[in-house]
Amino acid sequence: MSIEVTSLAKSFGSSVAVEDVSFEVPAGSLMALLGPSGGGKSTVLRMIAGLEVPDAGTVRIDGEDVTRLPARSRGIGFCFQHYAPFRHMTAWENVAFGLKIRHRPKAEIAARVAELLELVRLSGFADRYPSQLSGGQRQRMALARALAVEPRVLLLDEPFGALDAQVRKELRTWLRELHEKVAVTTVLVTHDQEEAMEVADQIAVIREGRLEQVGTPAECYDHPASEFVLTFLGPATRINGAWVRPHDLALSLEDRPGARRGTVERIVRLGFETRVEVVLDDGTDTWVQLAGRALDELALSLGARVYVSMEHARDFSAVASSPTV
Amino acid sequence: MRGAPGPALAATYLSLLVLLPIAAILSKAFDGGVGAFWREVTQTETLAALKLTIITSLIVVAVNSVAGTAIAWLLVRDRRFALNKVIGALVDLPFALPTVVAGVVLLSIYGAGSPVGIDVAYTRAAIVVALAFVTLPFSVRSVQPVLAALDTDTEEAAASLGATPWTTFRRVTLPSLLPAILTGAGLGFARAVGEFGSVTLFSGNLPFKTEVAAVRIFGLIDSDSLPAAAAVSLALFIVSLVVLTLFSLLRRRLLPVEADS
Repeated sequence: MSIEVTSLAKSFGSSVAVEDVSFEVPAGSLMALLGPSGGGKSTVLRMIAGLEVPDAGTVRIDGEDVTRLPARSRGIGFCFQHYAPFRHMTAWENVAFGLKIRHRPKAEIAARVAELLELVRLSGFADRYPSQLSGGQRQRMALARALAVEPRVLLLDEPFGALDAQVRKELRTWLRELHEKVAVTTVLVTHDQEEAMEVADQIAVIREGRLEQVGTPAECYDHPASEFVLTFLGPATRINGAWVRPHDLALSLEDRPGARRGTVERIVRLGFETRVEVVLDDGTDTWVQLAGRALDELALSLGARVYVSMEHARDFSAVASSPTV
Repeated sequence: MRGAPGPALAATYLSLLVLLPIAAILSKAFDGGVGAFWREVTQTETLAALKLTIITSLIVVAVNSVAGTAIAWLLVRDRRFALNKVIGALVDLPFALPTVVAGVVLLSIYGAGSPVGIDVAYTRAAIVVALAFVTLPFSVRSVQPVLAALDTDTEEAAASLGATPWTTFRRVTLPSLLPAILTGAGLGFARAVGEFGSVTLFSGNLPFKTEVAAVRIFGLIDSDSLPAAAAVSLALFIVSLVVLTLFSLLRRRLLPVEADS
């Protein structure tokens, strides 16, 4: 089922949380609302859910205007950053909740809950209480609970935000697989650009309550609509007054046509990649992202004289000079 | 390692203040042996007073558990409500007021010539009203902090799953509050069975009709029957202990697994 939001606006007291946000999520796809914390993306999600009433604008689910409908009548599934488990219920009871209040037959509930626990790989944990589950397990339980009622759309508010990096990565991959299997239209709120790029079909970048850009991860990365999108979605540095991605820059010890000369200031190894910070002779600071091997071949040391060339680099200057929306 | 002074201090204080008086009552109650104790407790007037006390206390606890939760809800969830702060301060008033004063006030409002047209003075209803007044803060103040700390996340989750506000309250919110409600009920009950001041003026203390246990005990002391007074006290104490234990067991059953953060 598709989701369509049009000119959404919301203020809390005198502070504007969301201003004129419009986008469409095609049926069966996964959209990430990406942006810095406090930028209004969760408020957009909560307005889609019906947990927040917009001051202006409309929300449509599958073509139906649901703007004035309470959350319980919208046919949504919602997952919270802190999982919001029903603590006095076991995992089984949590997942069964939506079906029980709909008075579905017992046998049907049992079958559906078993199927969902299997889907989120918690079959062996049906009798555990939330306090006996890890963070990742709790969030998977919450997902099963949301999916149990066969929602028209699935809304995830920073679902992995409270988990540690390792679990985050695992769940992210798992979520994508789950989405392939279940194919329910999904909106995911995140401040992690890597998460958005990996999981989403489309990204909506939101900053200070406004929509900066909507597009596929590749479109947003390669054709950022604003300087903000450029810098938020990936590393960026300035050279010759132009914005470039540091992994597009080349570093060499010999002069090349168009290369700029500089001195190595700092070398930071981050596992598979290395960040080489260079001060160009004209005084500008820049940095180059290298794979570990490339660095070994150059045998760089601090203070080395190097040439930075941007022959393969995409110049984002047009973006940088355009006013941000 | 020599122990810190804390535990020793606590044990001494507790002994002087709680254990010693209980021991004194115990010894006094059994002054004439178990047979004498039983005779005192099963005297018809005493038995009637004990029964009345327990029944009215249970009624009051039930009423206040509902009303107290509703008031706590108003205080925590309805922050926009203008009178909120005033109510918040008023809730503790029954604690601040000397109970005899409470009795006088209740008598003037819900007695003969009542300004609101309700006269329950010298009836069993008067006992319920007086006990309800005196124990209300227990219910409100037990539930209030738990409700305030409760995440609205779970209620929103229930709503997103299709639950109406009433279903959400019944199946999600209330179970989280029940342990606190039971705590308030336990404290309220313990307080109610021993209440004297507010009841004595308002209920008229008619034997077999409106005489509660505390008043009966006072009567026995007054007529120099100290062992009898101690026996009734001990009976009252045992009843409280049993009820509190039941509440505590129930609370534990509601919390099969200690909820963490």
